[in-house]
Amino acid sequence: MIPLLLEAGDGAFTIQFGDGIDAAVNACVNALARMVDDARRAGRFACIRDLVPTFRSLLVVIDPLAEDAAGIREAVMALAERARETDGVGGRSRRWVVPVCYDPELGPDLEGCATQLGLTPQALAAAHAEAEYGVYMLGFMPGFAYMGGLPSRLHLPRRATPRTLVPAGSVAVAESLCAIYPWDSPGGWHLLGRTPVPLFSLDADRPSLLAPGDRVRFRPMTRREFDAARADPLLARAEEAAGG
Amino acid sequence: MSPALYLLSSGLHDTVQDGGRLGYRHLGIPPSGALDAIGHRLANALVGNPSQEAVLEILRLGPRMVVEAQSVRLAVVGPIRLTLTQDGSRRGLAPGRSYTLRRGDELALGAVAGASCAYLAVAGGFALSPVLGSLSTYVRAGIGPLGGRALAEGDRLPLKRDTAPSGAECELPCLPDYGAGPIRVMAGPQRERFTETAWRTLLSEAYGVGGQSDRMGLRLNGARLEHVGKADIVSDGLVAGSIQVPGDGLPIVLLADHQTVGGYAKIATVITADLPRLGRAMPGDVLHFSAVGRQEALDARHGQERMVTELVQGLVPVREGGIDLEALYGAPLVSGMVNALDPDGAEPLP
Repeated sequence: MIPLLLEAGDGAFTIQFGDGIDAAVNACVNALARMVDDARRAGRFACIRDLVPTFRSLLVVIDPLAEDAAGIREAVMALAERARETDGVGGRSRRWVVPVCYDPELGPDLEGCATQLGLTPQALAAAHAEAEYGVYMLGFMPGFAYMGGLPSRLHLPRRATPRTLVPAGSVAVAESLCAIYPWDSPGGWHLLGRTPVPLFSLDADRPSLLAPGDRVRFRPMTRREFDAARADPLLARAEEAAGG
Repeated sequence: MSPALYLLSSGLHDTVQDGGRLGYRHLGIPPSGALDAIGHRLANALVGNPSQEAVLEILRLGPRMVVEAQSVRLAVVGPIRLTLTQDGSRRGLAPGRSYTLRRGDELALGAVAGASCAYLAVAGGFALSPVLGSLSTYVRAGIGPLGGRALAEGDRLPLKRDTAPSGAECELPCLPDYGAGPIRVMAGPQRERFTETAWRTLLSEAYGVGGQSDRMGLRLNGARLEHVGKADIVSDGLVAGSIQVPGDGLPIVLLADHQTVGGYAKIATVITADLPRLGRAMPGDVLHFSAVGRQEALDARHGQERMVTELVQGLVPVREGGIDLEALYGAPLVSGMVNALDPDGAEPLP
């Protein structure tokens, strides 16, 4: 994983660690994002305006007029060389336990996916809930987290025809990834269940529940628990696991 | 009654915008902010505001509003028709200068002609609370002041000041120079995903701005750009100015409300000095592109900063009956502005 510098105009550049979806590549991305973030908190890299970590690269947005902009590419590349020696998880990343109701009414693709995979719906739900997922990146819409870690025996191509409306809170899978839709939106992933936990708010400190590098587990909940949590926002919370 | 501008009718898409929402892109939240950063800064300068104060961005057609404050100083920058109704009589106002209006005065912001957008700044700014650190509006996710939506009839834009500041009205010494000629791009980040022919095509063909363009991006019509292999890549980060090319080969140039990540290969990136021009482009405009290196891009940006700084420092007190900016906007006096519909530059922008 030799980091590559890609030009993205005079106001940004991209450090690319690979061109696939891969946990080790993504760990480098998140490690570099954290190193750059730490440097900024320490008062360095004043020209950096924003960071966009993705599956396999870190986009660095800069003010090209800032005094330290001239050497910023080399400085971040120097950090990138060291990123693969560090652990992408940890630092400010957190571990979450998100309750999910795998009711076929809330996860309308659960039964179809189970059939395709040669499993019972109960076995599919259990296998999905047993895995631990890593947040690779956010995008598509605010708070939409692409998560890796879906067991390979649960991989399926995305739906041939996307839905025009996927309800907010839907827990979905496609190919090697898992996600939770933070908003009502169109979507082409398979819906296995739904969480009552809000994924996005306008709280400036933490608008998105999930951030790049976070780890996520799902805890199955009954339909009765789901309905109760929908009625009482205090019950609709993700738990933060210890040792995050 | 707290001071405000009351909207008697809305325009096509009036949104509050500032310099953009920084620090949230890693959570999938785009920067938003003014499409034309030059217009935004000049409007603020004319009323004595800090350069990044929030303003009202008017796309294509503006709102009609009545002053609900003792007095307010305001300025509009951009090629837009302005009509003031005061004590029952009507007159036109000029963009590019400040005015002080009184309670009950009615300001109609009409059609924007020759560019997509214009900016209204009020002295002291709007009394709105930042959302995620910014007063920029991102309509798709409802993030921003007033519920993160475009303004509607019956809205009140609250003002921080109930009276206009003292001092003379100001006007721009001349119109800003947005630059002429092709839109300048730097190759990358996925130039190698396109054929040599595609690269030459981008730099030689004319591209029309499509009707589906909005604050998210400009959809271009013209010669298709051929990929080497598939158009899809594993998603990486996007910026305003990224030129992404989906499988149909027709480029999309991203603007302020762009998604933060995308899965189409990007052949090139528009340099930051040409983003205001891009933000002002309208459906039907024709764009040409040329390639530059990083140093040329930086020189262009520094030159633009000098131009804007000189305009701000050169603001002149209005001599009533003096320079007629209204006439100036309509006259072919200004060099460096080319109507993209007519790349030969025979037709001046208003």
